Amino acid sequence: MTAGADAIVVGGGLHGCSAALHLAMRGARVLVLEKDTVARHASGVNAGGVRRLGRDLAEIPLADAAARVWHAIGDLVDDDCGFQPSGQVKIGETEAEMAEMAARVERIRALGFAHEVLIGADELRERLPAVAGHCRGAIVVDGDGHANPFRTTQAFHRKARALGVRFLEGTAVRDLARAGGAWTVDSAAGHSQAPVLVNCAGAWGAAMAAKLGEPVPLSAEAFMLMVTQPMAPFVGPVVGAWGRALSFKQLGNGAVLIGGGHRGLADPDANRAGVDVAGLAASARTAAAIFPVMRHAAVVRAWAGIEGETPDKIPVIGESATAEGAFHAFGFSGHGFQLGPIVGRVVADLVTDGATDLPIEAFRIDRFAN
Amino acid sequence: MTARPDIAVVGAGPAGMAAAVAAAEAGAHVMVFDEQPGPGGQIYRAIETPGPAGDAVLGADYAAGRGLSRAFRDSGAEYLPGATVWQVSPDREVGVSVDGRARIIKAGAVIVAGGALERPFPIPGWTLPGVMTAGAAQIALKASGLAAADAVFAGTGPLLYLIVDQYLKAGVPVRAVLETTPWSAYLGALPRLPGALLRAGKLRQGLGYIRAIRDAGVPVIRGVSGLAVAGDGRAERVAYTHGGHRHEIAAEHVFVHQGVVPNVNLTRSIGCRHDWDPAQACWRVATDAWGATDVAGIFAAGDGAHVGGAEAARLGGQLAALGALCTIGRIDAAVRNNRGAPIQHALAWELRPRPFLDALYRPAAADRVPAGDDVVVCRCEEVTAGEVRATAALGCLGPNQLKSFCRAGMGPCQGRLCALTVTELLAEATGRPPDAVGDFRRRPPVKPLRLAELAALEPDDTDGGDAGP
Repeated sequence: MTAGADAIVVGGGLHGCSAALHLAMRGARVLVLEKDTVARHASGVNAGGVRRLGRDLAEIPLADAAARVWHAIGDLVDDDCGFQPSGQVKIGETEAEMAEMAARVERIRALGFAHEVLIGADELRERLPAVAGHCRGAIVVDGDGHANPFRTTQAFHRKARALGVRFLEGTAVRDLARAGGAWTVDSAAGHSQAPVLVNCAGAWGAAMAAKLGEPVPLSAEAFMLMVTQPMAPFVGPVVGAWGRALSFKQLGNGAVLIGGGHRGLADPDANRAGVDVAGLAASARTAAAIFPVMRHAAVVRAWAGIEGETPDKIPVIGESATAEGAFHAFGFSGHGFQLGPIVGRVVADLVTDGATDLPIEAFRIDRFAN
Repeated sequence: MTARPDIAVVGAGPAGMAAAVAAAEAGAHVMVFDEQPGPGGQIYRAIETPGPAGDAVLGADYAAGRGLSRAFRDSGAEYLPGATVWQVSPDREVGVSVDGRARIIKAGAVIVAGGALERPFPIPGWTLPGVMTAGAAQIALKASGLAAADAVFAGTGPLLYLIVDQYLKAGVPVRAVLETTPWSAYLGALPRLPGALLRAGKLRQGLGYIRAIRDAGVPVIRGVSGLAVAGDGRAERVAYTHGGHRHEIAAEHVFVHQGVVPNVNLTRSIGCRHDWDPAQACWRVATDAWGATDVAGIFAAGDGAHVGGAEAARLGGQLAALGALCTIGRIDAAVRNNRGAPIQHALAWELRPRPFLDALYRPAAADRVPAGDDVVVCRCEEVTAGEVRATAALGCLGPNQLKSFCRAGMGPCQGRLCALTVTELLAEATGRPPDAVGDFRRRPPVKPLRLAELAALEPDDTDGGDAGP
């Protein structure tokens, strides 16, 4: 049996590390159980987008609060996480798309959020001189950008450890039981006990929820990325497209990272994620259509990370609807990276205060119950 | 180009050519993808169009490849030179680029015969201009008759002496040969000598090279350690330890070599199981007697599967062809076993000297794992041995975590030039065996692929119709 803890966090990805860190900051003794290694899956290999742009309306308040944390991320984890506030741009390629984008910007403005700004073709070309001639304009968010996902997760991991959080890697959870106001978690490390259990198990989060009697229709997806040989600098912000799947950025060393949602082959049981060439080809077509200079790029590596996706593409965050002392933060559906620093705080709020000042009603786990 | 062959062969060295000949003879539709402009692989490079060097320089073993290349040309196998295979999927889809056009071709079985590569030789100064591998020096000689005069050759392994001999026969002066074979290796190899003596001809050939080199007046200094190349912006001198003292030779060209190891990038990226081979201190893909890997329909043959030389590669290619023919239902197991028995017998005979050679030419640990912290290990990302050790001290246990921590292995070569060093460095630093440390995961494309080619892949090109069993 492992020594006493106030909370057991399952999952050593960014959300698990952030929840553990925020709990430790409030004096809790925290144990993190990670079946592989910290940042092994989606947390370590995602595109690193720090993005408010285009968020689901329910996520905007969280993303807005997270953005403020990102701009002072060093104060939280003593590391800048490679955060580059280079901006995010979502390009419109037709007049019809531009009309939809204008409506979107108006809609969130009416909700009180002014971060998304519509720009026309001239300003787009000023910001992105290499953009293709047919592009009509864009939504931009200054202050968004990108960070290094592995370094970010490791920074949260390191800081959490410095505050006394214990991490057990290579330690898969086998079983859960609650008795006498405490959870007993059976894992490769034996039996661990704590009054609080936090499920941050990502693509494996639904299996944990099922053990609590609240199944979630989560699918394991392998979001693909590819990277090119270094090129001369030609684009600063992270670029997406309104009408097609694309996430595009140039890293500090000149390499271009291309992602955007095309799926590979996920095998969560075997811990494997394979790439699908047809999806990569589609990504390549979009990248070359929006930045013609990309035709000359050489792709050197493609990969995928396993992530859990919900039917409505927004995460599960909040207290368990069936079990006392259990909390969830998983199923971020391919866009949880930017939310990491704030959702850990929300989980700590829920655990220590029973409530949080951020709106999380939309993320209730029992929304799938009927 | 006709899609959906029965058998796709990657590489046209001795293993690939022999596999193609055997498979085509049995009536299978065979497609051979070769990155080179003509058949031959590395050992028989430019066999159809020998450069100015010619057979007299390159030797009888080289000329022997011509018979195989002729049989290959006559076999009816469809041959695609200049074809870069950048992916093979576990369900036998071959991603290949020819003449700037990418295609996906589904095969009933795939025989990977991509050959070996030279083991990295991470010493101080190995990244300086003027330092290259002896194999690269040999390519220049074979393909274009180019050779640098007054070079110092340094390292170990039978190929080193062969290349020096070829240089001398081409009339190119060689300054010195610095042999790094440790004295302990001679002792270690001795018990394995009786097996090797059965094939004394092979051993005599090696000794013949050494005698010829000495007769040409080239100093051969044995038992050298602590190799280091130095110079201002390029190689100017080689330093080494011999007889307990440091020595130095001026040299603008330093050709280093310490044996060849299987190139596992493609079989790794397919997801085949690999094991650490302690005798050759390298990874090798796990296969059965027919070259079948643990991924259905994927076979491996030749030095890319297990380093055994050209003749062993030729026999291994024939066995893999029989295995693949059986898998796709062209022949039954009885026919396979019948035809394979004499080939397996010949292969065992051919491999008799290997334990001796492996023990003798296993590079010294200090030449595989740099003692100095400032030696560059990953050339693409310029990561030093010290940085790898420091990352291990932070708790990094394996090569894949190492990539994320310090970018080692993240360059375009995907670890071809550093993976073995990294595995052994981490093994040393963490006190675990190489098998437990593991290897870099390799990701497609295993060769850089132009984005325009990838973008031009239409759904038709990726159609997944099943030609397999």
